[in-house]
Amino acid sequence: MKSTRKTKVLGISSGGGHWIQLLRLRPAFADCDLTLVTVRHGYRSDIGNDAIKFRVISDANRTNKLGLVRTAFSVFWVLLLERPDVVISTGAAPGYFAMRVGKLLGAKTIWVDSIANVDELSLSGQQAGKYADLWLTQWPHLAGNPAPVFRGNVL
Amino acid sequence: MIFVTVGSDVPFDRLVRVIDDWAGATGRTDVFAQIGKTDYKPAHLAYCSLLEPTEFSKRFAAASMIIAHAGMGTILSALESGKPILVMPRKGSLGETRNEHQIATAKRLLDLGKVSVAFDETELRSRLDHLDQVTPREKITPYASDELISALRDFISRA
Repeated sequence: MKSTRKTKVLGISSGGGHWIQLLRLRPAFADCDLTLVTVRHGYRSDIGNDAIKFRVISDANRTNKLGLVRTAFSVFWVLLLERPDVVISTGAAPGYFAMRVGKLLGAKTIWVDSIANVDELSLSGQQAGKYADLWLTQWPHLAGNPAPVFRGNVL
Repeated sequence: MIFVTVGSDVPFDRLVRVIDDWAGATGRTDVFAQIGKTDYKPAHLAYCSLLEPTEFSKRFAAASMIIAHAGMGTILSALESGKPILVMPRKGSLGETRNEHQIATAKRLLDLGKVSVAFDETELRSRLDHLDQVTPREKITPYASDELISALRDFISRA
């Protein structure tokens, strides 16, 4: 018997296309207690739903080592505060850290590799996928055995 | 109004330069461009380096056509709003992005009939000269495919 508490989902991404793709997954979280985490305060206006909690973390890509440490730390902090049941990311670096920290804290993790990775999985995706309980690619030809799996795309 | 965006603050001068030259040559004055942090100053376009998301949405909504790098954020936004979009992919070989994923994205989405594509500056200029051929594509919903949504729902319900 499941408790009546809503499943707590934390969706996290960096900016631009990663964020837009994360927003497009929202119907999947309709029955959940949802927190969205991204890298620009201005993205709050994209949500338009007071029931969704919004948090901002420091961004970095893999060319900026100090920035990555900062991102890792802020992801760790947000996950400690939120203690989600499920962590889901569409990329990139913040999502990678969220997969690892999520696992550490006992959450179920989902990595949805960006639809922009058409010919091969991204570097963050290849790394993050190992820590994902559900590892998805958005292109059938990139599906592997046993993972990542193809189960549709954000289009 | 044509809205031009390079997607982020990472410059893509190769794209902006062609549009700037074209606007100068044809006298088009209804072009606004978000060009990133770059030293290049367009002579014939209204521009800024990076818009705040609310301002970006306003400009985007007001535009009748989008010209952009081949970033999925911009492409998805254009498809959601049913606006015609012409993209030119960034090249990893020129240091415009991390690898050649934009070229691959552009090819796939071209095959799926989702976008118009110019793969280089020459092609971009000729597409600009025939903008009426850049037509709106089938509008998409604001949400991912049912297949993906239900796969995620299933997983979450078992979590």
